[in-house]
Amino acid sequence: MRTIAELVSEAEIFAGMRDEHLELIAGCGRNEVIRDGEYAFHQGDPADTFFAIRTGMVALEIAAPARPRLVIETLEPGDVLGWSWLVPPYRVRFDARAVGTVHAVAFDGACLRGKCETDSELGYELYRRFAVVITERLQATRMRLLDVYGDPVATVG
Amino acid sequence: MSASLAPTPFRVDSTRRETEDTWTLDLVAEGGEPLRFEPGQFTMLYAFGVGEVPISVSGDPARPQTLVHTVRAVGAVTRAVCAAGAGDRLGVRGPFGRAWPRPAAGTDVVFVAGGLGLAPLRPAIYAALEDRERHGRVIVLYGGRAPEQLLYREQLDAWRERDDLELAVTVDAAGEGWRGRVGVVPGLLERAQLDPQRSVVLACGPEVMMRFSVDAAVALGIDPGRVFVSLERNMRCAVGHCGHCQLGGSFVCRDGPVFAWPEIAPQLRVAER
Repeated sequence: MRTIAELVSEAEIFAGMRDEHLELIAGCGRNEVIRDGEYAFHQGDPADTFFAIRTGMVALEIAAPARPRLVIETLEPGDVLGWSWLVPPYRVRFDARAVGTVHAVAFDGACLRGKCETDSELGYELYRRFAVVITERLQATRMRLLDVYGDPVATVG
Repeated sequence: MSASLAPTPFRVDSTRRETEDTWTLDLVAEGGEPLRFEPGQFTMLYAFGVGEVPISVSGDPARPQTLVHTVRAVGAVTRAVCAAGAGDRLGVRGPFGRAWPRPAAGTDVVFVAGGLGLAPLRPAIYAALEDRERHGRVIVLYGGRAPEQLLYREQLDAWRERDDLELAVTVDAAGEGWRGRVGVVPGLLERAQLDPQRSVVLACGPEVMMRFSVDAAVALGIDPGRVFVSLERNMRCAVGHCGHCQLGGSFVCRDGPVFAWPEIAPQLRVAER
């Protein structure tokens, strides 16, 4: 069985980080299996955990009154699930449901925030990496706001 | 009258509803002469008494006896075309325009389609599969607004079963019953683990989607000269005379609709008025 330290060193989000930082991060990690249809977290929960997905897919969903649940994004192996643990008020914004069995490394966000407070280099590295994740998600969201497929100008095609 | 300006009568052999507003029509020439075309070309489809509209050929170039068009009903002409049933008569001019390039032997061919853009790419996908040994990887990346708006769903299922084609499908949003991806097409490119030196990209879809997809491909290291896109414009004459489809110094009907990205990129970043 692979150790958490090994899994952390292979996770894309932590690629290239110094060994001592990987060790600190691994200290806050644990293996987690989320069965098909189970939820990793729900909207409004304290954002005390994030996940590095190893296998399987996670659907980010939102529920609204009188409307069916809507999947707004799926995350796959190599992706990080959850960044609200970095940003006050540390509350989850969406529901996260496993599509198929998901294997992930789960990290205690509060534990890691504490380590970032005392090790500013670790904090900088993590915030820098999560800034990329947040930016990519923001760009993808903007792209979808354009509703490009709704364009009614269809001539060729 | 020039042959390219005179419509040839075709009969509708069958129709299939693809989505709420999109239909695929199988047409057969009344004279029996197959309409041979190259992947990426289009015809001018004429609903008699209503008007004419440019539509990409979406069938298999190796089976030209049936002319296949996929049409979204968005205006008077396309609504009339979509309303046609078996036995009805439509006029066809063409084929017209520059085809998709035939990728060099050994190339990984990456098809990037968005929405209705899968239709103009499908003949090139058929051609790549017909000549499968010639290519490295054959990859189809397809995005749509929602699961029910994806084209050719049976075809997608069949492609998914093949081990010589890699298919990734994503939608902008979905209900909880959808077990596939939700996200944008450029994200599929980033996940496809492409070898930038071996890859050639053929893209068709809404222009904004293509721009983001090309940016993603180039960011992965793919030479822009190995990226090709197919454009939609207001083609009328289809032979480069009327100027309705002029884009910069090009007529999309004659010089396109397929362009290498460097040929056309500057024009696509100019705001139209």
